[in-house]
Amino acid sequence: MPTYNLKVNGEKQVVEAESDTPLLWALRDHLDLVGTKFGCGIGQCGACTVHVNGTATRSCLLPVSALEDKEITTIEGLSENGSHPVQQAWKEVDVPQCGYCQAGQIMTASAFLETNPKPTEEEIKIAMNGNICRCSAYNRIQKAVAIASEKIG
Amino acid sequence: MSTENNTNFSRRGFLKASSLASGGLLIGFNLFTACKQKAEMPIDITKLNFADFNAFIKIAENGMVTIFSPNPEIGQGVKTSMPMIIAEELNVAWKDVVVEQGVLDTENYTRQVAGGSQSIRFGWDALRQTGATARQMLINAAAAKWGVSASECSAKEGVITNASGETLGYGDVVKEAALLEIPENVALKEPKDYTIIGTKAINVDIDKIVSGKPLFGMDYKEEGMVYASVLRPPAFGQELESFDATAAKSINGVLDVITIGEKARNLLNSEKPGWSVKLSNSDKVVVIANSTWAAMKGKKAIKAVWKEGSPLESTDAHDKALVKLLDGNKFKTMRSDGDVKKTFAQADKVLERTYESPFLPHNCMEPMNFFASVDDAKVRLVGPIQTPEDLATAVATMLDRSLEDISVEMTRIGGGFGRRLYGDFAMEVAEIADVIRKPVKMVSSREDDMTTGVYRPAIKYRIKASVKNGEITGYQLKEAAVNGNMYGLIPNFFPAGAIENYQVDVASLKSNITTGAWRAPYTNFLSYAEQSFFDELAEIAEKDPVQMRLDLLQKVKGTKDEKIQYSPERLEGVINLVVEKSGYRTPKEGVYQGFCAYYCHNTHVAEVADVVIENNKPVVKNVTVAVDCGIVVNPLGAINQIEGGVVDGVGHAMYGDFKFKDGMPDSSNFGAYRLIRNSEAPKVATYFVENDLSPTGLGEPTLPPAGAAVSIAITKATGKRIYKQPFTKNMVAKEIIG
Repeated sequence: MPTYNLKVNGEKQVVEAESDTPLLWALRDHLDLVGTKFGCGIGQCGACTVHVNGTATRSCLLPVSALEDKEITTIEGLSENGSHPVQQAWKEVDVPQCGYCQAGQIMTASAFLETNPKPTEEEIKIAMNGNICRCSAYNRIQKAVAIASEKIG
Repeated sequence: MSTENNTNFSRRGFLKASSLASGGLLIGFNLFTACKQKAEMPIDITKLNFADFNAFIKIAENGMVTIFSPNPEIGQGVKTSMPMIIAEELNVAWKDVVVEQGVLDTENYTRQVAGGSQSIRFGWDALRQTGATARQMLINAAAAKWGVSASECSAKEGVITNASGETLGYGDVVKEAALLEIPENVALKEPKDYTIIGTKAINVDIDKIVSGKPLFGMDYKEEGMVYASVLRPPAFGQELESFDATAAKSINGVLDVITIGEKARNLLNSEKPGWSVKLSNSDKVVVIANSTWAAMKGKKAIKAVWKEGSPLESTDAHDKALVKLLDGNKFKTMRSDGDVKKTFAQADKVLERTYESPFLPHNCMEPMNFFASVDDAKVRLVGPIQTPEDLATAVATMLDRSLEDISVEMTRIGGGFGRRLYGDFAMEVAEIADVIRKPVKMVSSREDDMTTGVYRPAIKYRIKASVKNGEITGYQLKEAAVNGNMYGLIPNFFPAGAIENYQVDVASLKSNITTGAWRAPYTNFLSYAEQSFFDELAEIAEKDPVQMRLDLLQKVKGTKDEKIQYSPERLEGVINLVVEKSGYRTPKEGVYQGFCAYYCHNTHVAEVADVVIENNKPVVKNVTVAVDCGIVVNPLGAINQIEGGVVDGVGHAMYGDFKFKDGMPDSSNFGAYRLIRNSEAPKVATYFVENDLSPTGLGEPTLPPAGAAVSIAITKATGKRIYKQPFTKNMVAKEIIG
């Protein structure tokens, strides 16, 4: 089986996997980074969102073979101790219900605030539209993104 | 009337205490049932036996309190709110309380179910009694140590103080407390003295959730574990005839291809199949691999031939058959007051309408998955399940094992909505593990999850009512539903008791498509049908729709009918509150408001939806909710449930659609199947009716009224009524203003 050199959360990792293996499953099954979630496998729900070179990316559609030399950040690497402003805001607002989609929501929100630190309410809704929350905690997701934006200041 | 506290447990001996060998006091108690009189308490913390007690609290020598609760957490927040109730009566600071998910030993254990929004309602008395009794034991121990009367001592935040101002921490007296007689009839606090109940407590798992720690069944892993992907019949009614696994076996990482189904059929044909009837009786092809991806790829590469085991059904045929049932006379009467037939014949006006709903998948964000390991000594099952007890029993029967061999460990659950009441997927992995004798995790793809699920059944309601001299004189509701009908007490919900001539009739259509509970079973659609009907009925009766409800409620006050489930006073309370807070009497230009009041799952709710027209389409902007759930244990968690329930209700009423053709669903993933998204979610404003009544649940009751409120608001905006869900597919462009 081929091997791929990945850089995940600042660390070099060697993954031995078929070339078409999506990053999602390389993270979950090969690297034991299970914070990135499987939801739909077709890039429609956003549960598997990670950052690739800082951009929010659906890891379920991205083969490991396309990722050499790219900087990959997962929820586990967003901060050392859950101290990223988005994570802090998520705790303050008490966003999660079941919690399964939240890593993806947080990864989308954190990449979005990097490009647009002071978004309007409408911009937040549009930025977060690709991430489904089946528990429908959307009101709190919007509120948490707005609070994180204030924290980033 | 059920709004009173009707929890029933034996006070005598419902809890027991022991002194732990490692230090600390351990108290075992039961949440929903009385414990066995002979139950023994362990002195070793690792020997907690949830067969004897289904919950435990440990008070350590440093004063820290650990609550072990094996109750499934599916996102409804009980892992936070139930311990709050104990902490309140125990008089400890919330920050000194740790909650641990207990591991279940399935030997004879008692009911542990997440479902029906009942955890808080049934746990309320037991949790308070446990906390208060433990507090009194600690006080008694301190008093004995000081040689003073316990009545001179008080406890606050884990510290006991006597009349002369001396103090002892809980940890200082745990050993002595464990040796004392357990006091009975300990006084409970008055709600006005609460310091934890009613405060905002953040979800106890929050740190793990926001940092991506392993919590869910999908995250579970063991040394030597393999992965399984299950190929099930693509259409309901089909069975496996033959398959070719050559291509699948050539995929790197695929270890084996097996079939399962024989043991499941043995169970299905047994005397007590229980909910396992949700299992398909076909053989299934299972790909075993060393990774999830290889297993999924392997499954796609299987070439299977399917045969027709039973007829392949379609939504078109269901629709015709359900209408035929409504037109026919094969009904079972669930409640009958007066004489509706005679009343309709003598009426000034009669209104009759039919409301239709599709099947709905649950679509939990975490697709179905489970872990199993089977050897001669044990059957270990780990994963997300709402009914661990039923699972253990079914697996024991299926694999012909003793119940003592089976253990079920529950993980956090990535959404339930009723789907995880049925453990068909866990039974499958148990059968797989029994064949391969290796630890194995089965992971469903989204397509597996959506197309081989257990669905909210398609239902049609026909409602008829009469008006005479401006009064509602008769009301008849007919239900035609796939695979079953509304159950138990639902026919006694509003407007039962409020209309003299009242009848509920039900009929059912048998289908081979698996159906089951879906968040707020039956009422999730019934509320829309009935409440939309009431709005139209008010129109022909020339009454204000809100006033019409209030007038009807007057007639229920003081009823002697014990079957009547709702409280007219509490329903009136939420109606008045929502009217006030939503500005219903002073509507804004261009905002169309729909009103709905509903009672289900022991909670009274009223909602007003605000709809505006944007780009020629009705858009739900806001929903105002008034809730009477008695005491609000954790407002932060409560509002989360309420907002979620409302937005979920709006979403499925607007977009949820799921049809069958030749036994196959018409959508299989989130591309074709539309769930409500962030930008479509209305802003929800929640208001509670404040009172000191025992708390009731919130996981379900705010969902049913949402669809009704939205449909009425859309009707006001467009001038057209909607009789079918989902609304977006049943409004044509010309019906919309603009």
